[in-house]
Amino acid sequence: MLRFILTRVSLVIPTFLGITFLTFILIRLVPGDPIEVRVGERGIAPERLAALRHELGLDQSLWQQFLDYVGNVLSGDFGLSLVTHNSVLSEFVTLFPATLELALCAMLFATLVGLPAGILAAVKRGSLFDHGVMGASLTGYSMPIFWWGLLLILFFSVALGWTPVSGRLDLVYYVEPVTGFMLIDTLMAGEYEAFRSALSHLILPTIVLGTVPLAVVARMTRSAMLEVLGEDYIRTARAKGLADGRVIGMHALRNALIPVVTVIGLQVGTLLGGAILTETIFSWPGVGKWLIESINRRDYPALQGGVLLIATSVILVNLLVDVLYGVLNPRIRHAR
Amino acid sequence: MSAELSTNPEPAVPEPVAVSRPPHPLTEFWYHFKQNKGALGGLVVIALIALIAIFAGVIAPHNPDIQYRDAILTPPVWQEGGSWSYILGTDDIGRDMMSRLMYGARLSMMIGLIVVTLSLAVGLGLGLVAGFFGGMADVLIMRAMDILLALPSLLLAVVVAAILGPGLVNAMLAVSVVVIPHYARLTRAAVLAEVNKDYVVASRVAGAGPLRLMLIVVLPNCVAPLIVQATLGFSTAILDAAALGFLGLGAQPPTPEWGTMLASSLQFLQRAPWVVTWPGIAILVTVLAFNLLGDGLRDALDPKLKR
Repeated sequence: MLRFILTRVSLVIPTFLGITFLTFILIRLVPGDPIEVRVGERGIAPERLAALRHELGLDQSLWQQFLDYVGNVLSGDFGLSLVTHNSVLSEFVTLFPATLELALCAMLFATLVGLPAGILAAVKRGSLFDHGVMGASLTGYSMPIFWWGLLLILFFSVALGWTPVSGRLDLVYYVEPVTGFMLIDTLMAGEYEAFRSALSHLILPTIVLGTVPLAVVARMTRSAMLEVLGEDYIRTARAKGLADGRVIGMHALRNALIPVVTVIGLQVGTLLGGAILTETIFSWPGVGKWLIESINRRDYPALQGGVLLIATSVILVNLLVDVLYGVLNPRIRHAR
Repeated sequence: MSAELSTNPEPAVPEPVAVSRPPHPLTEFWYHFKQNKGALGGLVVIALIALIAIFAGVIAPHNPDIQYRDAILTPPVWQEGGSWSYILGTDDIGRDMMSRLMYGARLSMMIGLIVVTLSLAVGLGLGLVAGFFGGMADVLIMRAMDILLALPSLLLAVVVAAILGPGLVNAMLAVSVVVIPHYARLTRAAVLAEVNKDYVVASRVAGAGPLRLMLIVVLPNCVAPLIVQATLGFSTAILDAAALGFLGLGAQPPTPEWGTMLASSLQFLQRAPWVVTWPGIAILVTVLAFNLLGDGLRDALDPKLKR
C-alpha cells in the first residue's frame, strides 16, 4: 500500500517541476522589459537598472534564476503582487476557499443529479426518458457556460427576483471567516438569516459551474451501467429471482461506479477552469475572478503565482483521486 | 482483383462469390453513420452554417459594421416595435444582429478550421515521433504533454492569451496549444498499436525509410480516432475562443465574433435580452452540431461499437 502511494507521489514530481518551469518561462515571454513591467519606470538610469536587475536576480543565468524560483516556491514565496504589494500566496489562500466552496457544491450538484439520471437512463434504455437525458446532457456539454449563467440571471434574478445577481453574501451581514466556507461560517456563527443569504447566492453559480460535469457524469454513468448490465453475473442475479432494485443497486451500480468515480475526479480541472468564467459572471470573490483581474491589471507576479497554485491544486486532487482509487480497487494497486 | 474473377468464370463456381464481396469501406461507413439521426442532423446544421459563413457577404441583409443611429436596440421582428428590415433586432449602437451573426459564423468556422489544423498537425507530428522512435524522445514528448494536460484547459488558454496579448489570432494560438496533447496521445497510442504488425515489419524489411513508414504505411491506419477527435476539436475550439472573447482576451470589438458580441452588450442584458440571446444560441447550436457529428462518427468508425 505504502509502496503504491509512494510510486504515485513520485510520478507527480516531474509534472510539478514542469509546470513550475512553464510558469517561469511564460512570464518571460511577456513583451517588454521585465524591469519596466515590474517597476513601471521608463528611461531609468543605467546604474539603477543594474541595481534593480541584480536585486531581482536578472543578472544571473536563466538556470540559476529558475533554481532560485523553485527554491522560493518550495519555501512558500510566490512573490508580491504588483498592485496590492501583498504576498501572492496569502491573497490566494484568502480567496481559494470561496472557489473551493463553489466547486464542491457544483460537483455535489453534478453527482446528485447526474448519477440517478444516468442510472435510470441505462435501466430504461431506449425510452423517452433515456433520449431526454442523453439529449439534455449533450446540450449541457455543448453549453457556453458564460451565456448559460447570463440566461439564468436574466430569468431567476431579474424576471422572477428569486436569487441575488452577484457576490457571496448580502452586504447587511458580516461573518468572521473561520473556515472560509460561507455556509459553514454562517452556521457556526449561528446567523441563520446569513446562512440563507449565502445559500441563495450559491444556487445559480453552482448550477452554472455544475452543468458540464453534470452532463459528463450522466453520460458516463449511463454507458458504464449499460456495460455492466450486459454481464453474465447480472443475468445470474436476475435468474436467482432477486428484486430489480437489488440487482441494479447492489450488483450493477457498485461495479459501474469505478469509471464514474474516475471521471468525477478528472472533472476537478474542468471545475477550476470553469470557475474563471462563472466567478466573472457572478462577481464571485474567488481565485478565478482574481486571476482575470490580475491579467487586466498586468499584475504578472500574481498571474504567475496564481496559475502555479491552481495547477498544483489540480495535480494534488488528481493524485488524491488516484490514491483513493487504488485504495478502493485492489486490482489497480497490484497492477505492477 | 474482383474484376479478374468475374471475367474468368469457372463453370463449377456458382454466383454467390460476387454477392459476398464486402462493401466499399465508405459505403459501410455511410450505412452505419446514417442510422444515427442525431449525427445526420448535426451534419446538416454544420453544412448550413458553413453555407451561411461562405455566403455571408451575399445573404446578409446589412453591412455588419454599419451603425443605424435611428434604429438603436430595435427588438426582433415578432416583438412590439420590431421591423422587417432588422429581423433579429439591432444592438446597442444600431448594428443589425442577423448580419453580425452571419459574419460571426464565418469567424467561428475559420477559428475551428485553423485551430484544428494547427493542433492536429503539431500533435500528429509529436505523436508519430514519440510512437515511432520511443526512448528518450517518447519520454520527453509525453511528459511535456502531461504537463499541458495537468493545467485546466481554459486556464492555460487564458494565460497564453494574456501573455501573447488579446486578439483573435493569439486566441486561436492559445486554444491550439491547449488541445495539442489530445492529438499527440491519440496518435502515439494508435502508432504503438500498429507499429509491430506484420505489414509494417514487411515494409521495413522491404527497405522503407522512417518517413515513408510513418506517413504512408502507418498513418492511414491511425486515422479513425483522429477524425473523431478533430470533429470534437471544432466544438472545443469554437467554445474556448468564444469564452476568451467573452473575457476580453479574444477577438476585440467591433469584430462580430460571437463571444465578443456577448461581452460587449452585457450591460443591455435587461433592457434588450436579444443582444445577448442570439450570439449564445449561435454558439450553442454550432457546438452541439459538431458534438453530435463527432459522436456519430465515433460510433460509425469504431469497430468495437458496431453491432
